[in-house]
Amino acid sequence: MKAVNEMKLTIESRSVNESFARVAVSAFVAGLDPTVEELSDIKTAVSEAVTNCIVHAYQNTMGRIYIWVGIFEDSTVKIRIRDRGCGIANIEQAMTPLFTSQPQERAGLGFAVMQSFCDKISVRSTAGKGTTVTLMKKIESRQRC
Amino acid sequence: MPVRIEADKNLTTAYLSGEIDHHSCVFIRDEIDATINRLAPLELCLDFMHVSFMDSSGIGLVMGRYKLMHSLGGRLRVRGVSPSTMKVMKLAGLDLLAKIDCKGEKR
Ligand SMILES: Nc1ncnc2c1ncn2[C@@H]1O[C@H](COP(=O)(O)OP(=O)(O)OP(=O)(O)O)[C@@H](O)[C@H]1O
Ligand SMILES: [Mg+2]
Repeated sequence: MKAVNEMKLTIESRSVNESFARVAVSAFVAGLDPTVEELSDIKTAVSEAVTNCIVHAYQNTMGRIYIWVGIFEDSTVKIRIRDRGCGIANIEQAMTPLFTSQPQERAGLGFAVMQSFCDKISVRSTAGKGTTVTLMKKIESRQRC
Repeated sequence: MPVRIEADKNLTTAYLSGEIDHHSCVFIRDEIDATINRLAPLELCLDFMHVSFMDSSGIGLVMGRYKLMHSLGGRLRVRGVSPSTMKVMKLAGLDLLAKIDCKGEKR
């Protein structure tokens, strides 16, 4: 399936860009007339993925985060967030709720949030090369129901 | 200012505002902990009335403050939580750790 509309965004891994990234993605998706809850779910999921790139992938060094968003005919939104950071050696363990490599201040719930706020999430990663997180969510447009 | 703190020796209230994410969390955490460590209050109240967004960094913030208060023998309360923030808190089971009042509920 080909996207009917798409956008790309590349940002530096500065924490100040977390807010910009989630607002930019939600502004792009807003054209589908999502509910307040759907839009806030997307914002939160994007914030999780982008924060993980900054905190874990690049571990507070400078790197680039590549974001792609596609909107499909059936109002499904696909969001891909990619980094060229350290990668995840054990994806299954990383996605387990409450697992975190930084137990002092992190809850280990980022993936759990992405999973419960989106319809589908997929994670591909190569240790030492980077990680790609893909989020999918169908917007149940208000006019059509 | 993402946090304003009012404190006496029994109760410390932290009025949070704006978006709580990894970027804003560090400052908020340091401000609250400085007061808690100085005064060791009986209760810490986190006021979310003016918080417009929160992700899992905020869960870490609340859980960390819960642990700190617990270690000092004090209590944690959370109030003024919006529906979208409540959704994130519930997912983390924060409602089992602290008393959470939602926006519009009587204090
Ligand atoms: N892009 C990434 N690159 C490298 N490692 C990652 C990446 N994303 C996640 N991880 C690893 O997966 C773990 C779990 O991620 P998750 O977002 O669920 O929790 P967290 O970031 O540790 O805590 P929280 O999101 O609750 O603040 C992380 O602790 C980290 O070890
Ligand atoms: Mg995370």
